[in-house]
Amino acid sequence: MQYMILFNQEAKELERGRDDPSSADYWEAWRAYMTDIYAAGIVKSGNALQPPFSATTLRIRDGKRQVHDGPFADTKEMLGGYLVIEVSSLDEALEWAARSPSSFTGSTEIRPVMTMNAGP
Amino acid sequence: MAGEGSTPAHTTAEQVARESYGRLLAHLAIRWRDLAAAEDALAEAFAAALEHWPRSGIPAKPESWLLTVARRKLVDAARGAALRRREDVLLQLSEAVDSPASFKEDFGDERLRLMLVCAHPAIDASVRPALILQTVLGLQVKEMAGAFLLSSETLNKRLVRAKAKIKLAALSFEDPTVEQLDSRLSILLEAIYAAYFIGREGTLVDGDANDQLGGEAVYLASVVVSLLPQNAEALGLLSLLLFCEARRPARVDAEGDFVPLLEQDAQLWDRSMLERAYELLQRASLLSTQGPFQLEAAIQAAHCYRLRAGETPWREIALLYTSLVDSFPTIGAVVGMAVAVAQAEGLPSQGIDILRRIAPHEVENYAPYWVAMSHLTQATKEEAKRHLRRALDLTTHPRLRRHLEKRLAQLG
Repeated sequence: MQYMILFNQEAKELERGRDDPSSADYWEAWRAYMTDIYAAGIVKSGNALQPPFSATTLRIRDGKRQVHDGPFADTKEMLGGYLVIEVSSLDEALEWAARSPSSFTGSTEIRPVMTMNAGP
Repeated sequence: MAGEGSTPAHTTAEQVARESYGRLLAHLAIRWRDLAAAEDALAEAFAAALEHWPRSGIPAKPESWLLTVARRKLVDAARGAALRRREDVLLQLSEAVDSPASFKEDFGDERLRLMLVCAHPAIDASVRPALILQTVLGLQVKEMAGAFLLSSETLNKRLVRAKAKIKLAALSFEDPTVEQLDSRLSILLEAIYAAYFIGREGTLVDGDANDQLGGEAVYLASVVVSLLPQNAEALGLLSLLLFCEARRPARVDAEGDFVPLLEQDAQLWDRSMLERAYELLQRASLLSTQGPFQLEAAIQAAHCYRLRAGETPWREIALLYTSLVDSFPTIGAVVGMAVAVAQAEGLPSQGIDILRRIAPHEVENYAPYWVAMSHLTQATKEEAKRHLRRALDLTTHPRLRRHLEKRLAQLG
């Protein structure tokens, strides 16, 4: 089973600078988590994303493009990055999600990845 | 499952459905990891039984017959879905277990595993009780919808979605780890508790639509106890439900009106059921693991003590409620504590103080709070009536509404 783990956090967390000394613990927590999850050999792919302010959202309504600045939803927490992992069950994916720093300050969403022989 | 007609084949099919439906479904769903597909296959197997048994005779091992047919249906469905590679393995699997000596011995009981899947925290909490009732007891959507205050269509949609999530998100059908078991089990027990009290507006009122559901919830609790005889909270829940069931004959009077606990004729209570409830609670207490269901059962036990002692031991009840509120606080427990403390001390004002400490937004839609408030403010009729009207506004159950209207009239 492949699951995408989505790391959601508040914008202020996502905008922390890598060289900001007050953020050392924050980055260390992520570094440790990423080291562990990659070492487990379950990561299929993944990316960290630039902060939400750099996002652009597009909708097509009545054949017209509507392009907006920012992420799609006006929520506090926004997508900061994701990993696709291969594990055997939701419980196992939840275990990995529970260790993510985003779970302590924001939230972590787990979604099964759609594969060719398992439609919705 | 329940069809019309009363041929021996029908009767046998119904018996098997009643006794083994949950076991059969658990067996299939755990191996197939797809609850909805297993359910469909089992329904088709029962339909096939009703067609074949009258002609070819009832098989010696009806459960095995049903299981074999259901397994073939699953394989056929998988073939249709182009899962060819799994097919050979599955055929082998189905042939290997085609001739069991006895269903119960050969297949064991995997209903608890299935119930724990349905009680997974990743499943919408509001649909868990119905999902468990459907999968373990084979209850139909239309039998349950009324009790859950939902249309059949809405309930069905939620159940279908929950089952799709079990499959798509690959919820584990394995036994939970030791660390997970406690929290998963308490979700399961809560779901069974909810199945018993659902649609009863937080009181112990029988709704005609819910009578059957209440009995089924008691049965589920007894299944859990039989599978986990050393779990104190499972024993506590069954004990609690039996104390409530035992009072059923006294809960409605000859006119069909609701009779509150304190006004019930204790002589009408079911003594043998009370004995069982006391015994279960005692077994639970020997295990020395505290929990909310045991405390709630102890409170009900104390209420039922009236049958022996002639009066209600309010001091004990107040103490039990106080520990319930200390360790496992809920609004319902605080309301119960307020009434018990007022009764024990003979001072309604003490109960009112406890009620007033609850944040208003937590009780604005909670009828039992307003009934309790009205009960404790009887000395000032206008105030008592105001609270009772508020309770009435929040109550939809017809029997309970009639009762509150009668009390309102009594206040003048």
